[in-house]
Amino acid sequence: MSHRLDGKGRLIDRSKKLRFTFNGKAMTGYAGDTLASALLGSGQSVMGRSFKYHRPRGVVASGVEEPNALMNLGEGGRFEPNQRATTTPLFDGLTATSQNHWPSLEFDIGAVNDLAARFLPAGFYYKTFMFPRFAWKHLFEPFIRQSAGLGQVPKEPDADRYEHVYHHTDVLVIGGGVAGLAAARAAAAGGAKVMVLEQTAHWGGRAPVDGGQIDGLDPETWVNNAVQELETAENVTLRLGTMGAGVYDHGYVLGYERVADATPGDDRPRHRLWRIRAKQIVTATGAIERPLSFPGNDVPGVMLASAVRDYVVNWGVAPGRRTVIVTNNDDAYLTALALKEAKLEVPAIIDVRATLVGPLADRARKAGIKLMHGKAVVGVKGKKQVTGVMVADLDGKSTPDAIECDAVAMSGGWSPVVHLWSHCGGKLNWDDAEAMFKPDPARPPLGADGQGFVLTAGNASGAMGLAEALADGHEAGRQAAKAAGGTLTRKAAPKAPETERQPLKQVWIMPTSAGPDKRMKMWLDYQNDVKVSDVQLAAREGYASVEHTKRYTTLGMATDQGKLSNINGLAVLSDALGQAIPQTGTTTFRPPYTPISMGAIAGEARGELFQPIRRTPMHSAHDAAGAVWEPVGHWRRPFCFARTGETDMEAVNREIVNTRDNVGMLDASTLGKILVTGPDAGKFLDMLYTNVMSSLPVGKCRYGLMCTENGFVTDDGVVARIGEQTWLCHTTTGGADRIHGHMEDWLQCEWWDWKVYTANLTEQYAQVAVAGPKARKVLEALGGMDVSKEAMPFMTWADGTLAGIPARVYRISFTGELSYEIAVPANRGAELWAKVAEAGAAHGIQPYGTEAMHIMRAEKGFVMIGDETDGTVIPQDLNMGWIISKKKTDYLGKRAQERSHMASPDRWRLVGLETLDGSVIPDGAYAVGEGFNANGQRNMIGRVTSTYYSPTIRKGIAMGLIQHGPDRMGEVVDFATLDGTGTVIKAKIVETCFYDKEGAKADV
Amino acid sequence: MKRYSAFAIAREALRYHTGWERAWGNPEPKKRYDVVIVGAGGHGLATAFYLGKNFGITNVAVIEKGWLGGGNTGRNTTIIRSNYLQDPSAAIYEKSRSLYETMSQDVNMNVMFSPRGVIMLAQTHHEVRGYERTAHANALQGVDTTFIGPEKVKELVPIINIDGPRYPVLGGLWQPRGGTARHDAVAWGYARACAGMGMDIIQNCAVQGVETEGGQVKAVNTTKGRIECGKLALVVAGHSSDLAEMAGFRLPIESVALQALVSEPIKPCMDVVVMANTVHGYMSQSDKGEMVIGGGTDGFNNYTQRGSFHHIEETVRALVETFPMISRLKMLRQWGGIVDMTGDRSPIISKTPVGNIFVNCGWGTGGFKAIPGSGWAMAELVAKGEPGPLAAEFGVDRFREGRFIDESVAAGVAH
Repeated sequence: MSHRLDGKGRLIDRSKKLRFTFNGKAMTGYAGDTLASALLGSGQSVMGRSFKYHRPRGVVASGVEEPNALMNLGEGGRFEPNQRATTTPLFDGLTATSQNHWPSLEFDIGAVNDLAARFLPAGFYYKTFMFPRFAWKHLFEPFIRQSAGLGQVPKEPDADRYEHVYHHTDVLVIGGGVAGLAAARAAAAGGAKVMVLEQTAHWGGRAPVDGGQIDGLDPETWVNNAVQELETAENVTLRLGTMGAGVYDHGYVLGYERVADATPGDDRPRHRLWRIRAKQIVTATGAIERPLSFPGNDVPGVMLASAVRDYVVNWGVAPGRRTVIVTNNDDAYLTALALKEAKLEVPAIIDVRATLVGPLADRARKAGIKLMHGKAVVGVKGKKQVTGVMVADLDGKSTPDAIECDAVAMSGGWSPVVHLWSHCGGKLNWDDAEAMFKPDPARPPLGADGQGFVLTAGNASGAMGLAEALADGHEAGRQAAKAAGGTLTRKAAPKAPETERQPLKQVWIMPTSAGPDKRMKMWLDYQNDVKVSDVQLAAREGYASVEHTKRYTTLGMATDQGKLSNINGLAVLSDALGQAIPQTGTTTFRPPYTPISMGAIAGEARGELFQPIRRTPMHSAHDAAGAVWEPVGHWRRPFCFARTGETDMEAVNREIVNTRDNVGMLDASTLGKILVTGPDAGKFLDMLYTNVMSSLPVGKCRYGLMCTENGFVTDDGVVARIGEQTWLCHTTTGGADRIHGHMEDWLQCEWWDWKVYTANLTEQYAQVAVAGPKARKVLEALGGMDVSKEAMPFMTWADGTLAGIPARVYRISFTGELSYEIAVPANRGAELWAKVAEAGAAHGIQPYGTEAMHIMRAEKGFVMIGDETDGTVIPQDLNMGWIISKKKTDYLGKRAQERSHMASPDRWRLVGLETLDGSVIPDGAYAVGEGFNANGQRNMIGRVTSTYYSPTIRKGIAMGLIQHGPDRMGEVVDFATLDGTGTVIKAKIVETCFYDKEGAKADV
Repeated sequence: MKRYSAFAIAREALRYHTGWERAWGNPEPKKRYDVVIVGAGGHGLATAFYLGKNFGITNVAVIEKGWLGGGNTGRNTTIIRSNYLQDPSAAIYEKSRSLYETMSQDVNMNVMFSPRGVIMLAQTHHEVRGYERTAHANALQGVDTTFIGPEKVKELVPIINIDGPRYPVLGGLWQPRGGTARHDAVAWGYARACAGMGMDIIQNCAVQGVETEGGQVKAVNTTKGRIECGKLALVVAGHSSDLAEMAGFRLPIESVALQALVSEPIKPCMDVVVMANTVHGYMSQSDKGEMVIGGGTDGFNNYTQRGSFHHIEETVRALVETFPMISRLKMLRQWGGIVDMTGDRSPIISKTPVGNIFVNCGWGTGGFKAIPGSGWAMAELVAKGEPGPLAAEFGVDRFREGRFIDESVAAGVAH
């Protein structure tokens, strides 16, 4: 039974007791505990249930590799599923519940899966649940979904906030163990700007637990000195609690800092995402111990040997009172010795190796521990807690002996953490002596200059002894500094006495002769319940690629991403395929190293800050006037101004009628305004627009249409010639940034020698359209400019002062009424709006919104980009051949428009549509033809593009693209409805203009 | 080949599953095949399957540079829908969707097609009109979709925030028979069925050259030697232009990385697939409990099957905004796949300038849902030498003629 030891634990503060609950049960721990150490210290060894078979599971590891001890943490807006107990710092008031069981952790109905395990091998679901067909969705799948999943679903919005930080550095060291610290010291001494990230709350990594000597000091003292030295150096930044999450191209690294996980509600951001650009990266990420595969290796109480040692030394917690060690290498002997020193029983070290020699074996013997050579664990007794192990010869041929124990510490060797090295393409070599994949320094991830930008240090390089790890770390730091522009320091590397280690013996399953019944009990991936038998089944069925095996068995796809299981799994696979391990290879290492919160990824950009909202200078006036807001790109525009008791459509109709009868005002500030200037500006605009802009006289305006290279209409607007070399191009609201980019694309990539400069002035001007028969009176009331027909005819502009505000007034019209658009500096926009409203009051002026604008232009038959066009429409389809210059040799889209399909007479072309019964054709409706096409689809002959109720002519009006449309005036076409009865709406093909066909109203 | 069934599992369980046979073989290439298909992804394998099933052509090799199903078939977000706007697209994707309905039975492997429904959110007035248009088109095309209001969206997706301050949900296009399937199983199911028909699936066999004679294909040279073929089908997605170059012609294809990610698994909380094109992100929950999230393509061409972080950030932001509860979930894994994009973002299923070479590519970001339909149409093209109605509009000549099939018109993106 796990329990707290007296007086032990280098990381806990016994003077600070912390209270917490687990499944509602009150428990206590100490400051410095992790949730896992506190649970073990409280005697709680079962911490969760497995994914598939719902087997009881205890903690296996002490760090990020933990597959079993996943918890639901917190409550309400601070609830979080799947939190690893081993990396969760304990705090007062923490609430944790275990996962994936019903009704309780102790008694879980789902465990019937375990009884049926023999019928549920890897991939069983691919072979069944196929009949009857509907049963998959309605019966089998819902059951599988319910029993799968892990943590509970958060119910409330996140109560915390998150932030991003940007950092640039010469050398980034990831991992603050002794190798990382040695690398950081050497890099700093070489003059580089250095940053060091350590994922845990402590510097030094494993060294203080494992012991030894560095520069004549015990590791803990050396670590403290090194950290102090680095802290005082001006060129070094240290971050604890910050994990290197991913390495991306060009030295881009994500650091994941868990700022306030242990202090919820303290007003700090919960997580901070560091976005780091480093010239050189040193991954000093250590190594992870591998489990051994023996029957029953998942029973609570079976743990990694290094974890057992960590719990005893770091947190003063013993996983058991009698711990059997089973190993294939020297390292686990340190655990045996640590347990002995803590006055705990170690009945035996079971070692697969035939001869046990060397200093560690000698020390164990001297400590009175029984060493059993050439042996293996061939069975584990106990269900929710180990009660003993069965031991036999490695080949399993001898009669097993029982040894009573309540914990098992296992070691199958170590695997360097190569994830960060591999994220961006670093390659690996197999080291058969150490049984590990380690980074190949000759094949690093390459930067933009073709040179490597990642180095490895210490255990992460495969340098496993303390002396080698320090030397390797120091050298990595030196080289990183040099590659980042610093120098090679002559500072001496930290020294440790050479330690003699005996070679490990590769044993991937024990006993080696285990039959299928035993292999079904050997777990590889604890969380996903993947066993040796599953990998062997995958191999047998031809899922021979390591990626196939992974996907077929789900090996390594759990939340620990195979940190414990991958190497063991691919060794078993290699054996089953009769090939060497390097031939099998690894699966791809993907970021992040361990899961990072979505909140941290999103950062501050939430709610109102999700995307920038662009507001015009008149925004608050619109709000006060009851604006119903509509998002248009990043802008907010008033859809209409609803008065009390009015529906939106009633408001729209009122605004139209008032504009047609009196005068209306529209905030047109969002319209794109791009200044194009320079000696070649005219030539440039002639290429950009389908018509000629170079011939436009100064002081005049001209409507223009722009196409893409493929000939499709992409934007339109009025162009004003401001000066000899200067034009101002109006674009649609949504098109401003896109068209500016489009212009720059051509100028920078194709016509780079043309002398043309562009500037997007959209936000520099506020613009108000004053439209309606009384518009001139309103401008006259504003005063300051001659706006008479003679002084300012239709399609001209003039600069002046209007109501005391410097203004540029354009006489253009999108409503068909007499209309002026007044542009003023943006900071005078609100003032202009107020003055126009004041001056117009006597004439019945009312603001109108985007919907009234849309309807009024439709009444006039003006096309709207995005309605009449959708990226597949060419000017010819819109009957706008008149705007295509016949004189020009070229413009963007010209060649494309000459292609056979574009020139086809069968294209759908723009017409007006009038319903026979006066109703409004539904948005998006299609006109149907006779019969069906070869694919059985109803033939279509056109579609509606704009359709509205017109309050001006008091019936439904529409525009649409109809095959041979303009040649079919007066014909009636059928529009399909969606009422499911096959009813159609009959509409007559008419001219597109429904209002003031002669254009008399605008030109007065 | 022994059939899969619950009974078979019970039978094998009694002998500890030692009696299962290989799902597909590991053959050395023969000297000659009637048809060689390059690319053992979903599309290549489906082509082989329907060559056998619909046309009785079984002297077929499917050769694959890596492991079968290892390209985009095994890296997508598994969404299946057919609510496309343009006639040719709606026809082939609906054919595909309908073939998914019976795929498990057709190939005798449970590919877990789950018609859980797909919603495409409308978050601007413009998008509302666009999806209403699609609903109208779909009704005439025989695709079952409807435009639904925000309340219905909320009812189908309880975890959604329909009142976000930035882009409130105004409605959505709902396809009740859209859904998801288990992507790997689609490739495996076809591979096993093809092997069962006597076809050779040859993995770890990269094409190094294409031999032609008198404008007709003769053989392919591979890392496993020269293989003669009567007909050659190139079905390799991201690397289509490389293969075309070997055969001496060019394709209007650009290759970019498309990214995806999954969260840690949680208990079921979302049954349907939700796509939010205005904010740009889409999400579903796998049977395992992971939230499967798809994002955008990188803004530059490349062949690395990894992506930058920036798109992930943008996508996760969009989805945290749409589904606030995911803020406290964690991203488990991100990855990228190389998608081949055409100028109109619609595929190419076409004859080529070389006789008896056929190409199927350009599925861009939406290939998984098309696998069976694409295979069906491609098999017809390969078998008859001329496209049938499903493939007819997707010839490569359309770019020369300006006859685009542009799906980007209804919404910002097409996935």
